[in-house]
Amino acid sequence: MTCDEARILLHALLDNELDAGHAREVEGHIAGCPDCAAEFAAQREMQRVLTDTNLRYTAPASLRSRIEASLPQAQRQQPSRRSVLRGFAMGSAVSALAATGIVALVLRQDDQQRILSEVVSAHLRSLQAGHLTDVVSTDQHTVKPWFNGKLDVAPPVIDLTAQGFTLVGGRLDYIDARAIGAVVYKRRQHVVNLFVSQTSSSEHRPPKTQTMQGFNCRRWGERGLNFWAVSDIGADELAEFVDKFEAAMKANVEG
Amino acid sequence: MPGTDDLQKAQRFREAALPHLDDVYTLARYLLRDASDAEDAVQECYLRALKHFDSYRGPAIKPWLFAILRNVCNAEYARRAHRPSAIEDTPGAAEQTPIWQESEASPETEVLRSRDAGAIRKLIETLAEPFKETFVLREINNLSYREIAEAIGAPVGTVMSRLARARAMLRAAWTAEEEHSR
Repeated sequence: MTCDEARILLHALLDNELDAGHAREVEGHIAGCPDCAAEFAAQREMQRVLTDTNLRYTAPASLRSRIEASLPQAQRQQPSRRSVLRGFAMGSAVSALAATGIVALVLRQDDQQRILSEVVSAHLRSLQAGHLTDVVSTDQHTVKPWFNGKLDVAPPVIDLTAQGFTLVGGRLDYIDARAIGAVVYKRRQHVVNLFVSQTSSSEHRPPKTQTMQGFNCRRWGERGLNFWAVSDIGADELAEFVDKFEAAMKANVEG
Repeated sequence: MPGTDDLQKAQRFREAALPHLDDVYTLARYLLRDASDAEDAVQECYLRALKHFDSYRGPAIKPWLFAILRNVCNAEYARRAHRPSAIEDTPGAAEQTPIWQESEASPETEVLRSRDAGAIRKLIETLAEPFKETFVLREINNLSYREIAEAIGAPVGTVMSRLARARAMLRAAWTAEEEHSR
Protein backbone atom coordinates (compact mmCIF):
# COMPACT_ATOMS: atom_id res chain seq x y z
CA MET A 1 0.00 0.00 0.00
CA THR A 2 1.33 3.43 -0.91
CA CYS A 3 1.17 6.46 1.38
CA ASP A 4 -1.26 8.13 -1.01
CA GLU A 5 -3.69 5.25 -0.63
CA ALA A 6 -3.16 5.08 3.11
CA ARG A 7 -3.88 8.79 3.54
CA ILE A 8 -7.36 8.19 2.17
CA LEU A 9 -8.02 4.79 3.68
CA LEU A 10 -6.98 5.79 7.18
CA HIS A 11 -10.16 7.86 7.34
CA ALA A 12 -12.25 4.84 6.50
CA LEU A 13 -10.36 3.05 9.26
CA LEU A 14 -11.20 5.87 11.68
CA ASP A 15 -14.85 5.62 10.68
CA ASN A 16 -14.98 1.85 11.04
CA GLU A 17 -15.91 1.51 7.40
CA LEU A 18 -13.25 -1.01 6.40
CA ASP A 19 -13.68 -4.75 6.32
CA ALA A 20 -11.27 -6.74 8.47
CA GLY A 21 -8.87 -7.48 5.60
CA HIS A 22 -8.47 -3.87 4.48
CA ALA A 23 -8.32 -2.64 8.07
CA ARG A 24 -5.37 -4.96 8.70
CA GLU A 25 -3.65 -3.68 5.57
CA VAL A 26 -4.01 -0.04 6.57
CA GLU A 27 -2.94 -0.76 10.12
CA GLY A 28 0.05 -2.63 8.75
CA HIS A 29 1.06 0.35 6.64
CA ILE A 30 0.61 2.78 9.52
CA ALA A 31 2.70 0.59 11.80
CA GLY A 32 5.62 0.81 9.38
CA CYS A 33 5.27 4.43 8.23
CA PRO A 34 5.91 7.23 10.78
CA ASP A 35 4.41 9.91 8.52
CA CYS A 36 1.12 8.09 8.03
CA ALA A 37 1.10 7.11 11.71
CA ALA A 38 1.38 10.79 12.64
CA GLU A 39 -1.39 11.73 10.25
CA PHE A 40 -3.59 8.98 11.64
CA ALA A 41 -2.97 10.09 15.23
CA ALA A 42 -3.68 13.72 14.36
CA GLN A 43 -6.92 12.86 12.56
CA ARG A 44 -8.02 10.65 15.40
CA GLU A 45 -7.38 13.48 17.83
CA MET A 46 -9.36 15.90 15.69
CA GLN A 47 -12.24 13.46 15.44
CA ARG A 48 -12.21 13.08 19.23
CA VAL A 49 -12.46 16.85 19.72
CA LEU A 50 -15.24 17.10 17.13
CA THR A 51 -17.19 14.29 18.75
CA ASP A 52 -16.93 15.99 22.13
CA THR A 53 -18.27 19.25 20.75
CA ASN A 54 -21.92 19.92 20.04
CA LEU A 55 -21.89 20.89 16.39
CA ARG A 56 -25.54 20.23 15.71
CA TYR A 57 -28.22 22.85 15.35
CA THR A 58 -31.74 22.58 16.71
CA ALA A 59 -34.55 23.53 14.38
CA PRO A 60 -36.54 26.47 15.77
CA ALA A 61 -39.95 25.52 17.15
CA SER A 62 -41.54 27.97 14.72
CA LEU A 63 -40.10 26.03 11.79
CA ARG A 64 -41.46 22.78 13.18
CA SER A 65 -44.93 24.22 13.56
CA ARG A 66 -44.84 25.82 10.10
CA ILE A 67 -44.05 22.42 8.60
CA GLU A 68 -46.71 20.75 10.74
CA ALA A 69 -49.21 23.34 9.59
CA SER A 70 -48.39 22.72 5.94
CA LEU A 71 -49.26 19.02 6.20
CA PRO A 72 -52.80 17.93 5.33
CA GLN A 73 -54.68 17.49 8.54
CA ALA A 74 -58.07 16.62 9.89
CA GLN A 75 -60.29 19.36 11.28
CA ARG A 76 -59.35 18.64 14.85
CA GLN A 77 -55.80 17.60 15.14
CA GLN A 78 -54.62 15.53 18.05
CA PRO A 79 -51.12 16.37 19.19
CA SER A 80 -49.05 13.53 17.82
CA ARG A 81 -47.75 11.33 20.57
CA ARG A 82 -44.28 11.70 19.17
CA SER A 83 -44.33 15.45 19.53
CA VAL A 84 -45.63 15.23 23.08
CA LEU A 85 -43.01 12.64 23.93
CA ARG A 86 -40.20 14.53 22.34
CA GLY A 87 -41.11 17.61 24.31
CA PHE A 88 -40.91 15.67 27.50
CA ALA A 89 -37.78 13.84 26.52
CA MET A 90 -36.13 17.21 26.09
CA GLY A 91 -37.47 18.28 29.44
CA SER A 92 -38.31 21.58 27.87
CA ALA A 93 -40.21 23.85 30.19
CA VAL A 94 -42.24 25.24 27.33
CA SER A 95 -43.60 21.91 26.15
CA ALA A 96 -44.12 20.79 29.73
CA LEU A 97 -46.31 23.83 30.25
CA ALA A 98 -48.13 23.24 27.00
CA ALA A 99 -48.86 19.65 27.95
CA THR A 100 -50.13 20.68 31.36
CA GLY A 101 -52.44 23.02 29.51
CA ILE A 102 -53.80 20.11 27.53
CA VAL A 103 -54.29 18.19 30.73
CA ALA A 104 -56.05 21.12 32.37
CA LEU A 105 -58.47 21.34 29.46
CA VAL A 106 -59.66 17.80 29.85
CA LEU A 107 -59.86 17.85 33.63
CA ARG A 108 -63.44 18.94 33.99
CA GLN A 109 -65.14 15.77 33.01
CA ASP A 110 -66.67 12.93 34.85
CA ASP A 111 -64.73 10.98 37.44
CA GLN A 112 -63.55 8.25 35.12
CA GLN A 113 -62.25 10.76 32.63
CA ARG A 114 -60.63 12.78 35.37
CA ILE A 115 -58.79 9.78 36.75
CA LEU A 116 -57.79 8.71 33.27
CA SER A 117 -56.31 12.12 32.62
CA GLU A 118 -54.48 11.98 35.95
CA VAL A 119 -53.08 8.61 35.02
CA VAL A 120 -51.90 9.95 31.67
CA SER A 121 -50.38 13.01 33.36
CA ALA A 122 -48.58 10.75 35.80
CA HIS A 123 -47.30 8.75 32.83
CA LEU A 124 -46.08 11.93 31.14
CA ARG A 125 -44.39 13.09 34.34
CA SER A 126 -42.64 9.77 34.64
CA LEU A 127 -41.06 10.28 31.21
CA GLN A 128 -39.19 13.35 32.35
CA ALA A 129 -35.56 12.76 33.13
CA GLY A 130 -35.06 11.16 36.53
CA HIS A 131 -38.76 10.67 37.23
CA LEU A 132 -39.30 7.21 35.88
CA THR A 133 -38.38 5.05 38.84
CA ASP A 134 -37.79 5.40 42.57
CA VAL A 135 -36.43 1.90 42.78
CA VAL A 136 -34.50 0.60 39.80
CA SER A 137 -34.35 -3.12 39.41
CA THR A 138 -35.18 -5.80 36.92
CA ASP A 139 -35.71 -8.18 39.82
CA GLN A 140 -39.30 -8.50 41.02
CA HIS A 141 -38.03 -9.62 44.44
CA THR A 142 -36.31 -6.26 44.85
CA VAL A 143 -39.12 -4.09 43.52
CA LYS A 144 -41.94 -5.75 45.43
CA PRO A 145 -40.49 -5.34 48.98
CA TRP A 146 -39.59 -1.75 48.21
CA PHE A 147 -43.31 -0.91 48.11
CA ASN A 148 -44.00 -2.53 51.48
CA GLY A 149 -44.69 0.02 54.17
CA LYS A 150 -45.02 2.80 51.63
CA LEU A 151 -48.53 1.88 50.57
CA ASP A 152 -51.56 0.27 52.20
CA VAL A 153 -51.49 -2.34 49.51
CA ALA A 154 -48.27 -3.18 47.67
CA PRO A 155 -48.91 -3.66 43.97
CA PRO A 156 -48.22 -7.06 42.46
CA VAL A 157 -44.81 -6.98 40.79
CA ILE A 158 -44.31 -9.52 38.06
CA ASP A 159 -41.31 -9.97 35.83
CA LEU A 160 -42.51 -10.16 32.24
CA THR A 161 -39.10 -10.05 30.59
CA ALA A 162 -39.61 -13.47 29.05
CA GLN A 163 -42.88 -12.23 27.57
CA GLY A 164 -41.22 -9.20 25.95
CA PHE A 165 -41.86 -6.57 28.62
CA THR A 166 -38.82 -5.82 30.73
CA LEU A 167 -39.36 -4.85 34.35
CA VAL A 168 -37.30 -1.70 35.02
CA GLY A 169 -38.47 -0.63 38.46
CA GLY A 170 -41.16 0.92 40.59
CA ARG A 171 -42.30 4.34 41.73
CA LEU A 172 -44.73 6.02 44.09
CA ASP A 173 -47.21 8.24 42.33
CA TYR A 174 -50.29 10.23 43.18
CA ILE A 175 -53.62 9.70 41.47
CA ASP A 176 -56.84 11.19 42.72
CA ALA A 177 -54.91 12.72 45.66
CA ARG A 178 -53.82 9.30 46.89
CA ALA A 179 -50.44 7.62 46.85
CA ILE A 180 -50.45 4.62 44.58
CA GLY A 181 -47.84 2.27 43.21
CA ALA A 182 -46.55 2.37 39.66
CA VAL A 183 -44.65 -0.57 38.25
CA VAL A 184 -42.53 0.34 35.24
CA TYR A 185 -41.88 -1.86 32.24
CA LYS A 186 -40.17 -1.27 28.94
CA ARG A 187 -41.09 -2.60 25.53
CA ARG A 188 -38.15 -1.81 23.25
CA GLN A 189 -37.65 1.93 23.95
CA HIS A 190 -41.24 2.47 25.06
CA VAL A 191 -42.22 2.89 28.67
CA VAL A 192 -45.26 1.12 30.07
CA ASN A 193 -46.48 2.40 33.43
CA LEU A 194 -48.74 0.06 35.35
CA PHE A 195 -50.63 1.97 38.07
CA VAL A 196 -52.27 -0.08 40.77
CA SER A 197 -54.70 1.14 43.40
CA GLN A 198 -56.93 -0.48 45.97
CA THR A 199 -60.66 -0.45 45.44
CA SER A 200 -63.56 -1.32 47.70
CA SER A 201 -65.26 -3.38 45.07
CA SER A 202 -63.83 -6.82 44.46
CA GLU A 203 -65.78 -7.40 41.29
CA HIS A 204 -64.02 -8.25 38.09
CA ARG A 205 -64.06 -5.48 35.51
CA PRO A 206 -62.98 -6.53 32.01
CA PRO A 207 -60.12 -4.59 30.38
CA LYS A 208 -61.06 -1.58 28.31
CA THR A 209 -58.75 0.62 26.24
CA GLN A 210 -59.09 4.37 26.01
CA THR A 211 -56.89 6.86 24.25
CA MET A 212 -55.91 10.22 25.58
CA GLN A 213 -53.36 12.66 24.18
CA GLY A 214 -52.03 9.95 21.94
CA PHE A 215 -51.42 7.51 24.77
CA ASN A 216 -53.22 4.25 25.14
CA CYS A 217 -54.59 3.42 28.55
CA ARG A 218 -56.01 0.00 29.36
CA ARG A 219 -57.83 -0.30 32.67
CA TRP A 220 -59.30 -3.23 34.43
CA GLY A 221 -60.27 -4.44 37.90
CA GLU A 222 -59.33 -7.72 39.52
CA ARG A 223 -58.88 -9.09 43.06
CA GLY A 224 -59.92 -5.82 44.68
CA LEU A 225 -57.38 -3.79 42.71
CA ASN A 226 -57.76 -1.27 39.93
CA PHE A 227 -55.15 -1.37 37.19
CA TRP A 228 -54.24 1.20 34.59
CA ALA A 229 -51.58 0.36 32.00
CA VAL A 230 -50.43 3.43 30.07
CA SER A 231 -48.02 3.65 27.17
CA ASP A 232 -47.41 5.01 23.72
CA ILE A 233 -47.16 1.50 22.30
CA GLY A 234 -50.04 0.44 20.06
CA ALA A 235 -53.39 -0.62 21.51
CA ASP A 236 -52.84 -4.22 20.41
CA GLU A 237 -49.44 -4.38 22.09
CA LEU A 238 -50.84 -2.87 25.25
CA ALA A 239 -53.65 -5.44 25.23
CA GLU A 240 -50.96 -8.10 24.85
CA PHE A 241 -49.19 -6.66 27.90
CA VAL A 242 -52.37 -6.82 29.98
CA ASP A 243 -53.09 -10.39 28.84
CA LYS A 244 -49.58 -11.53 29.73
CA PHE A 245 -49.72 -9.75 33.07
CA GLU A 246 -53.04 -11.33 33.98
CA ALA A 247 -51.89 -14.77 32.80
CA ALA A 248 -48.77 -14.48 34.97
CA MET A 249 -50.87 -13.30 37.94
CA LYS A 250 -53.17 -16.29 37.63
CA ALA A 251 -50.19 -18.63 37.37
CA ASN A 252 -48.74 -17.06 40.53
CA VAL A 253 -51.97 -17.40 42.48
CA GLU A 254 -52.49 -21.00 41.42
CA GLY A 255 -48.83 -21.89 41.87
CA MET B 1 -61.14 18.89 3.65
CA PRO B 2 -58.40 16.45 2.71
CA GLY B 3 -59.33 12.84 1.94
CA THR B 4 -58.54 9.92 4.20
CA ASP B 5 -55.67 8.78 1.98
CA ASP B 6 -54.05 12.19 2.21
CA LEU B 7 -54.46 12.19 5.95
CA GLN B 8 -52.95 8.75 6.30
CA LYS B 9 -50.10 9.68 4.03
CA ALA B 10 -49.50 12.88 5.98
CA GLN B 11 -49.47 10.91 9.20
CA ARG B 12 -46.98 8.37 7.87
CA PHE B 13 -44.85 11.20 6.56
CA ARG B 14 -45.01 13.01 9.87
CA GLU B 15 -43.81 9.94 11.75
CA ALA B 16 -41.10 9.09 9.25
CA ALA B 17 -39.70 12.50 8.37
CA LEU B 18 -40.30 14.92 11.23
CA PRO B 19 -38.00 13.18 13.73
CA HIS B 20 -35.11 14.10 11.41
CA LEU B 21 -35.92 17.79 11.36
CA ASP B 22 -32.91 18.77 13.47
CA ASP B 23 -30.60 16.74 11.26
CA VAL B 24 -31.94 18.32 8.09
CA TYR B 25 -31.82 21.78 9.63
CA THR B 26 -28.23 21.21 10.77
CA LEU B 27 -27.10 20.35 7.24
CA ALA B 28 -28.98 23.36 5.87
CA ARG B 29 -27.28 25.67 8.36
CA TYR B 30 -23.85 24.47 7.33
CA LEU B 31 -24.59 24.56 3.62
CA LEU B 32 -26.30 27.94 3.52
CA ARG B 33 -24.55 29.64 6.46
CA ASP B 34 -27.65 31.63 7.25
CA ALA B 35 -30.36 30.82 9.77
CA SER B 36 -33.38 32.17 7.90
CA ASP B 37 -32.26 30.80 4.52
CA ALA B 38 -31.80 27.46 6.22
CA GLU B 39 -35.33 27.60 7.64
CA ASP B 40 -36.78 28.35 4.23
CA ALA B 41 -34.78 25.58 2.61
CA VAL B 42 -35.84 23.03 5.21
CA GLN B 43 -39.49 23.97 4.84
CA GLU B 44 -39.22 23.67 1.07
CA CYS B 45 -37.43 20.34 1.51
CA TYR B 46 -40.27 18.95 3.61
CA LEU B 47 -42.87 20.20 1.16
CA ARG B 48 -41.10 18.47 -1.71
CA ALA B 49 -40.54 15.36 0.36
CA LEU B 50 -44.24 15.10 1.17
CA LYS B 51 -45.10 15.57 -2.48
CA HIS B 52 -42.81 12.73 -3.51
CA PHE B 53 -43.41 10.59 -0.46
CA ASP B 54 -45.36 8.08 -2.57
CA SER B 55 -42.28 7.36 -4.62
CA TYR B 56 -40.05 6.99 -1.59
CA ARG B 57 -38.95 3.40 -1.18
CA GLY B 58 -36.31 2.14 1.09
CA PRO B 59 -35.42 1.66 4.66
CA ALA B 60 -33.36 4.78 5.36
CA ILE B 61 -35.27 8.02 4.99
CA LYS B 62 -32.42 10.28 6.10
CA PRO B 63 -30.29 10.04 2.93
CA TRP B 64 -33.42 10.63 0.89
CA LEU B 65 -34.30 13.79 2.85
CA PHE B 66 -30.72 15.01 2.58
CA ALA B 67 -30.75 14.47 -1.18
CA ILE B 68 -33.86 16.64 -1.45
CA LEU B 69 -32.42 19.31 0.82
CA ARG B 70 -29.29 19.35 -1.31
CA ASN B 71 -31.36 20.07 -4.42
CA VAL B 72 -33.18 22.87 -2.62
CA CYS B 73 -29.88 24.35 -1.48
CA ASN B 74 -28.48 24.18 -4.99
CA ALA B 75 -31.45 26.20 -6.17
CA GLU B 76 -30.77 28.67 -3.39
CA TYR B 77 -27.15 28.95 -4.49
CA ALA B 78 -28.33 29.64 -8.02
CA ARG B 79 -30.58 32.37 -6.66
CA ARG B 80 -27.67 33.96 -4.85
CA ALA B 81 -26.14 34.83 -8.17
CA HIS B 82 -23.27 36.69 -6.60
CA ARG B 83 -22.02 33.59 -4.84
CA PRO B 84 -20.39 30.66 -6.57
CA SER B 85 -22.53 27.60 -7.02
CA ALA B 86 -21.09 25.62 -4.23
CA ILE B 87 -22.34 22.07 -4.32
CA GLU B 88 -21.89 21.63 -8.03
CA ASP B 89 -19.42 18.90 -8.60
CA THR B 90 -16.39 20.46 -10.18
CA PRO B 91 -14.53 17.83 -12.13
CA GLY B 92 -11.00 17.51 -10.90
CA ALA B 93 -11.59 19.63 -7.82
CA ALA B 94 -10.96 16.67 -5.61
CA GLU B 95 -7.63 16.11 -7.29
CA GLN B 96 -6.58 19.73 -6.95
CA THR B 97 -6.99 19.99 -3.21
CA PRO B 98 -3.89 18.89 -1.36
CA ILE B 99 -4.75 15.97 0.82
CA TRP B 100 -2.34 16.65 3.61
CA GLN B 101 0.00 19.31 4.76
CA GLU B 102 3.66 18.51 4.71
CA SER B 103 4.61 17.45 8.15
CA GLU B 104 6.88 20.44 8.85
CA ALA B 105 3.83 22.67 8.58
CA SER B 106 2.05 20.84 11.36
CA PRO B 107 4.22 19.00 13.85
CA GLU B 108 2.97 15.47 14.49
CA THR B 109 3.00 15.91 18.21
CA GLU B 110 0.78 18.93 18.14
CA VAL B 111 -2.48 18.52 19.99
CA LEU B 112 -5.36 20.60 18.78
CA ARG B 113 -6.55 22.93 21.42
CA SER B 114 -10.13 22.49 22.43
CA ARG B 115 -12.21 25.28 21.08
CA ASP B 116 -15.72 26.36 21.66
CA ALA B 117 -18.41 24.98 19.40
CA GLY B 118 -18.97 28.33 17.71
CA ALA B 119 -15.39 28.57 16.52
CA ILE B 120 -15.39 25.01 15.19
CA ARG B 121 -18.72 25.55 13.43
CA LYS B 122 -17.23 28.57 11.71
CA LEU B 123 -14.21 26.60 10.56
CA ILE B 124 -16.46 23.89 9.14
CA GLU B 125 -18.70 26.44 7.44
CA THR B 126 -15.77 27.86 5.52
CA LEU B 127 -14.79 24.50 4.01
CA ALA B 128 -15.20 24.45 0.25
CA GLU B 129 -17.86 22.35 -1.41
CA PRO B 130 -18.31 19.53 -2.18
CA PHE B 131 -16.08 18.64 0.75
CA LYS B 132 -18.15 20.45 3.36
CA GLU B 133 -21.37 18.55 2.73
CA THR B 134 -19.55 15.21 2.81
CA PHE B 135 -17.86 16.17 6.05
CA VAL B 136 -21.07 17.38 7.74
CA LEU B 137 -23.03 14.31 6.63
CA ARG B 138 -20.38 12.05 8.12
CA GLU B 139 -19.15 13.85 11.20
CA ILE B 140 -22.27 15.67 12.35
CA ASN B 141 -25.20 13.82 10.79
CA ASN B 142 -23.52 10.46 11.43
CA LEU B 143 -24.30 8.89 8.08
CA SER B 144 -22.38 5.85 6.87
CA TYR B 145 -20.33 6.15 3.68
CA ARG B 146 -23.00 4.23 1.80
CA GLU B 147 -25.75 6.57 3.02
CA ILE B 148 -23.67 9.61 2.09
CA ALA B 149 -23.12 8.14 -1.36
CA GLU B 150 -26.88 7.74 -1.66
CA ALA B 151 -27.56 11.31 -0.50
CA ILE B 152 -25.08 12.98 -2.81
CA GLY B 153 -25.46 10.58 -5.71
CA ALA B 154 -21.78 9.69 -5.95
CA PRO B 155 -19.82 6.46 -5.55
CA VAL B 156 -18.50 5.43 -2.13
CA GLY B 157 -14.92 5.92 -3.37
CA THR B 158 -15.69 9.57 -4.05
CA VAL B 159 -17.17 9.94 -0.58
CA MET B 160 -13.99 8.51 0.89
CA SER B 161 -11.61 10.78 -0.99
CA ARG B 162 -13.72 13.88 -0.37
CA LEU B 163 -13.87 13.11 3.30
CA ALA B 164 -10.10 12.67 3.47
CA ARG B 165 -9.63 16.05 1.83
CA ALA B 166 -12.28 17.75 3.92
CA ARG B 167 -10.57 16.60 7.10
CA ALA B 168 -7.15 17.60 5.83
CA MET B 169 -8.53 21.05 4.95
CA LEU B 170 -10.23 21.43 8.30
CA ARG B 171 -7.15 20.45 10.22
CA ALA B 172 -5.01 22.83 8.18
CA ALA B 173 -7.43 25.70 8.84
CA TRP B 174 -7.57 24.79 12.50
CA THR B 175 -3.82 24.70 13.03
CA ALA B 176 -3.33 27.82 10.90
CA GLU B 177 -5.69 29.70 13.15
CA GLU B 178 -3.86 28.50 16.21
CA GLU B 179 -0.55 29.66 14.75
CA HIS B 180 -2.18 32.97 14.08
CA SER B 181 -3.59 33.40 17.57
CA ARG B 182 -0.31 32.53 19.22
